[in-house]
Amino acid sequence: MSGAELGLVLSVFLACAVEAVEALTIVLAVGTTRSWPSALYGVGAATVALAAIVLALGPALTSLPIGVLRVVVGGLLLIFGLQWLRKAILRAAGLKAEHDELEIYAAQIEAARSAGKRPERFDAYSFTISFKGVLLEGLEVAFIVLTFGSNQHRVGLAAAAAGLAVLVVAVGGVLARAPLARVPENALKFAVGVMLSSFGMFWGAEGAGAHWPAGDGALLVIIPLLLGGSLAMVSVLRASVQRAPVAEAESAQAVKQAART
Amino acid sequence: MTRARAVFASAWGFVVGDDWRTAVGVVVALAVTAILADAGIAAWWVMPPTVIGLLAYSIRRASRGATRRG
Repeated sequence: MSGAELGLVLSVFLACAVEAVEALTIVLAVGTTRSWPSALYGVGAATVALAAIVLALGPALTSLPIGVLRVVVGGLLLIFGLQWLRKAILRAAGLKAEHDELEIYAAQIEAARSAGKRPERFDAYSFTISFKGVLLEGLEVAFIVLTFGSNQHRVGLAAAAAGLAVLVVAVGGVLARAPLARVPENALKFAVGVMLSSFGMFWGAEGAGAHWPAGDGALLVIIPLLLGGSLAMVSVLRASVQRAPVAEAESAQAVKQAART
Repeated sequence: MTRARAVFASAWGFVVGDDWRTAVGVVVALAVTAILADAGIAAWWVMPPTVIGLLAYSIRRASRGATRRG
């Protein structure tokens, strides 16, 4: 397996694991509170819809000329990856609330209980909530599978990595019988953001006609560079957050003194 | 028309997200890379500092907003 393929497998696996943990929380809540069969039908229907999206768009993307594909898909992957990285940096610095699976689970349970009486057979509420949860969380993964996979003409490998992540999370959920609250979601999102942005930058520039020194080996510099830059941003932000209350207190004191004089 | 607009809005939100400036910056950086490469000038160096700069700018804007709200 080449370095780029390893990057593909790792990025898709981590991204899919994060999204699967979030989807699992929703499915567990409606399944436990209302109807497991209807919730699982929802999961199945959403999985079929996501597979159809990948199967329909995958061949269309891979039929594009490689230069066009790399600049378009690299650019999209970079923009998308920077979104993940931006949120992960803000969360790591304490400027954005962390994703709390237990809190989300409790809210979903409450909503499912207050959604009215459960029908005897098919529960449309459980089906719809599961379907929407899996489809919306899965769309980001489908996007990553398509962009990563089509760029390397390995959509099948990317889909297999996504499937493996779903399997691991589903087994974890069945064994725990609870939301997977201990998964370090933000650290995973941080890693995925760095990988998507790095590969997006690499492919985008190549598609635009640039030649990286050392070819694929440039990724071994780009990834640590972006990771180091992002970690530096987290520590600068943390320091400024810690300084902020002191500065506010000092300015309030100055205002009081100015008012007295 | 309304449905097409809704589809475009959700696709825009999905890919571009909260900060359109980053997306514009990426497109401009890729265009500059293409122009330099087309002129036969080494262009690989354009993307790394631009991407880190765009990320830092986006984070700075978001953190200012968060501390003002906080």
